[in-house]
Amino acid sequence: MAGSVLLTNIEVPGIRDFAVYRAHGGYQAVEKALRSMTPSDVSAEVTRSGLRGRGGAGFPTGLKWSFLDKRSDKPRYLVCNADESEPGTFKDRYLMQHLPHRLIEGLIISAYALGAGTCYIYIRGEFKYLVGILEKAINETHRNGFLGSDILGSGFSLNIFVHPGAGAYICGEETALLESLEGKRGNPRIKPPFPAFRGLYGCPTVVNNVETLAAVGPIISMGGDAYARIGKGRSTGTKLISACGNINKPGVYEIEMGLPVEEFIYGDRYCGGIRNGKYLKAVIPGGSSVPILPADLILSTAKGEPRLMTYESLAEGDFATGSMLGSGGFIVFDEDACIVRNTWNLTRFYRHESCGQCSPCREGTAWMEKILYRIEHGGGTLKDIDLLVRIARNIEGNTICPLGDAAAWPVASAIRHFRQEFEEHVTDPGKCRNQRTN
Amino acid sequence: MEGTHKISHPQFVREGKQFSFSAATMLKVRQLIARYPQGRQKSALLPVLHIAQEESGGSLTVDIMDYVADLLGLQPIEVYETATFYSMFYLEKTGKYVIEVCRTGPCSIVGGDQIRQYLREVLEIGPGETTPDGLFTLREVECLGSCGTGPVMQVNTRFFENLTPRRVDQILEELREYANKNNPDDIRWQDQFC
Amino acid sequence: MIKLTIDNIPIEVEEGTTILQAARKIGGKVVPPAMCYYSKLKGSGGKCRTCLVKVAKSSAKDPRPMPKLVASCSTPVQDGMVVENLTSPEVVEARKGVVEFLLLNHPLDCPVCDQAGECDLQDLSYGFGMEQTTTEEERREFNETDIGPFIKLHMNRCILCYRCVYTADQLTGNRLHGVLYRGDAAEIGTFIKNSIENDFSGNMIDVCPVGALTDRTFRFKSRVWFLKPMNAHRECTKCSGKVTAWMFGNEIYRITGRKDQFGEVESFICNECRFEKKDPDAWIIEGPRQISRKSVISVNHYETLKKPSVIRPIEGRMESTD
Repeated sequence: MAGSVLLTNIEVPGIRDFAVYRAHGGYQAVEKALRSMTPSDVSAEVTRSGLRGRGGAGFPTGLKWSFLDKRSDKPRYLVCNADESEPGTFKDRYLMQHLPHRLIEGLIISAYALGAGTCYIYIRGEFKYLVGILEKAINETHRNGFLGSDILGSGFSLNIFVHPGAGAYICGEETALLESLEGKRGNPRIKPPFPAFRGLYGCPTVVNNVETLAAVGPIISMGGDAYARIGKGRSTGTKLISACGNINKPGVYEIEMGLPVEEFIYGDRYCGGIRNGKYLKAVIPGGSSVPILPADLILSTAKGEPRLMTYESLAEGDFATGSMLGSGGFIVFDEDACIVRNTWNLTRFYRHESCGQCSPCREGTAWMEKILYRIEHGGGTLKDIDLLVRIARNIEGNTICPLGDAAAWPVASAIRHFRQEFEEHVTDPGKCRNQRTN
Repeated sequence: MEGTHKISHPQFVREGKQFSFSAATMLKVRQLIARYPQGRQKSALLPVLHIAQEESGGSLTVDIMDYVADLLGLQPIEVYETATFYSMFYLEKTGKYVIEVCRTGPCSIVGGDQIRQYLREVLEIGPGETTPDGLFTLREVECLGSCGTGPVMQVNTRFFENLTPRRVDQILEELREYANKNNPDDIRWQDQFC
Repeated sequence: MIKLTIDNIPIEVEEGTTILQAARKIGGKVVPPAMCYYSKLKGSGGKCRTCLVKVAKSSAKDPRPMPKLVASCSTPVQDGMVVENLTSPEVVEARKGVVEFLLLNHPLDCPVCDQAGECDLQDLSYGFGMEQTTTEEERREFNETDIGPFIKLHMNRCILCYRCVYTADQLTGNRLHGVLYRGDAAEIGTFIKNSIENDFSGNMIDVCPVGALTDRTFRFKSRVWFLKPMNAHRECTKCSGKVTAWMFGNEIYRITGRKDQFGEVESFICNECRFEKKDPDAWIIEGPRQISRKSVISVNHYETLKKPSVIRPIEGRMESTD
């Protein structure tokens, strides 16, 4: 199953070029959609496919599209969220680098379904060299008549523009992204109203992740039902998993949802086991924001069932014993990794990336970082550990956007599963050989 | 920001140094503005600031930001607010090459901490500082989104993966050579967009 | 009309009303505190999170509770909604957490702060604060910046409510200050050396919920609770001319807008009225102003004072504590 939906033909030399992509069946899905389907037919296929948002939230894409304000006479926008910044996640980068036309094809079909005449790809500023790749691919597509006015004589017109960000994780949050696209600070908006009603420039807008939109082409080609037959239960289709950390084969893998986690970590087709023959200690399965799980709980659920790569299975046991599929950023820690140090490191990240707009996140992330810094550097107390749990609880759910949760969960889960390690850093500083290096 | 509590943002001054885009750059900027609806030219602010920063040799000054504000019909404070929000806009003079090395978790656990330490040692500067010869500015930045090939760093428009101390040595040597040869291989980012 | 209950009290309001506005119609304890929302400033609200409430039932149509606590200032009411404010232990707990966050880096310099006695953060701390601080970390300190002769900026006290930014945007044509940088390093500032002076800039002082923006012409002149707030007015070409004159004896110490029970000004006033008319002769003094918010100002029972008919020589003037 690997590499057979989103990453089809990725191995073909020159697949980044329009001509090669086209020669390998590219843009046939656009032809099918624009020539033989109405916009609502396309939406219906996407709904039938069971596709869920691949940016992290897992919200059903068809349902999100259905929220778009149909009574408004304002222009509609499709915005592609390519602000991939979640630590551990590098799947969209891979897709755009190697298969830019897969994304553009998905954008055309999705914009057609939504009635959007303009699409912006908001790409994180640090992906400098990808901007050129995307611009070139868009220009080629234009020249070949798949973009611009009256595409394939369908009467449907579309322009796609690349918009680089400038260094802000928060702009991956869809309303912060829209603010940023309007040239402002990336402060998330208060919701409601949601972008489907008041998005870019106050117009009805759909914001979808790169991988989500790239899946639309294959869904139209094979049909929603066929796509829904891939995967398991409500986790339909394939998912790109970016694997990193202490494994033999880090990289991006397209998996069929439902693959056992154990096979993904140890299988030769995937991560190929833990580096240097070490033991698996813990995994953050869905990007740095989701709860970390110790080896036993990532391999099987608390009920003793094998843990699978699906939205549902990874969440089994809720936060007490489970985690989330999130964005598919799979970070593996071996026996030598220091959980305290990593928790401090990630908290520093969230402190740096908080927009500072709402008080629990602005103050809470910085507070947690300072405490974790002390614990990691030998100045912590046992009381600090309980204080961290309390701060995380006071942030969680009380902020404007999910960055608050994203900052709280790693701390809460690390203490939940590795409290002893935190206590040791307090009572026996220096015991951990990773402590106080730099 | 680690373990600190003093926040000292400098107060910047208008130096009154004339800045303007060349005719060729202006053409590009006009094209960029045209990507957004009439009256929404503020949308072009981030890309235009990127171009301005590159044109001016790597950083933004008050005069440049005022020029951009004027160009896009904004109040200067709107540009300052936006420019100070994003980590890729540099408000202080940088070296010819800005080395941005990742300091976030996934890179850290595969040797990133050692690479950061190594860069500090060989360049003999701390994060945020520039070498006395004006060649390198070292910045320790958050996740660059390539965790599978960590440790990683970015130098101006170029990206380097799977770093080891030896590889870092090679890269620095290469960059020093480029600098002497007046950058034959340097790619301007702005040439890649539109 | 939309029917809902807040802490079991039924109320009917128009469609489009927010939960907070509905609560203000009921009044009293049921009103969630608001540190950033300001009804007269478009776009304000949602940021401080002190007005979080629980929606135990979304509407008659959809009886499910909302999954998270919501900011009452920016959540519209729905028919059949059941809102819990002080009746929800979860809300009280979350609000305590928010107050703790707001105080975390606050310098607690009330003894030398001109806002003391009329500070929303003080009120909030009395209501929901803890007796002892739980933080050992050093408090955040910003460099001092000068923003002109009329307004004093103390960034260390700021809670980033954005009200002053909206004020400058919506009342003056030329905004010179804004929120700069981000995260816990975000600050209010002008970025370059600049003096904020225009006809309505003084309103930034009135909207500031804390002592981050204070009146330089009143700096260290008196504690507010030693002064008698009097309604006063004058003919003004720029604003309504309706103000509160804060008097000690027959001397006007400062002029502010007239604030209602929720701490919001009834109408914005111009800088001429605020900063330049300290001579009692310039005003028609109407009489004592009732300060209905929970404030130490009311303790002085100045309300019984008569409107001064003759201006007498100044007596018992406070020395500056500077």
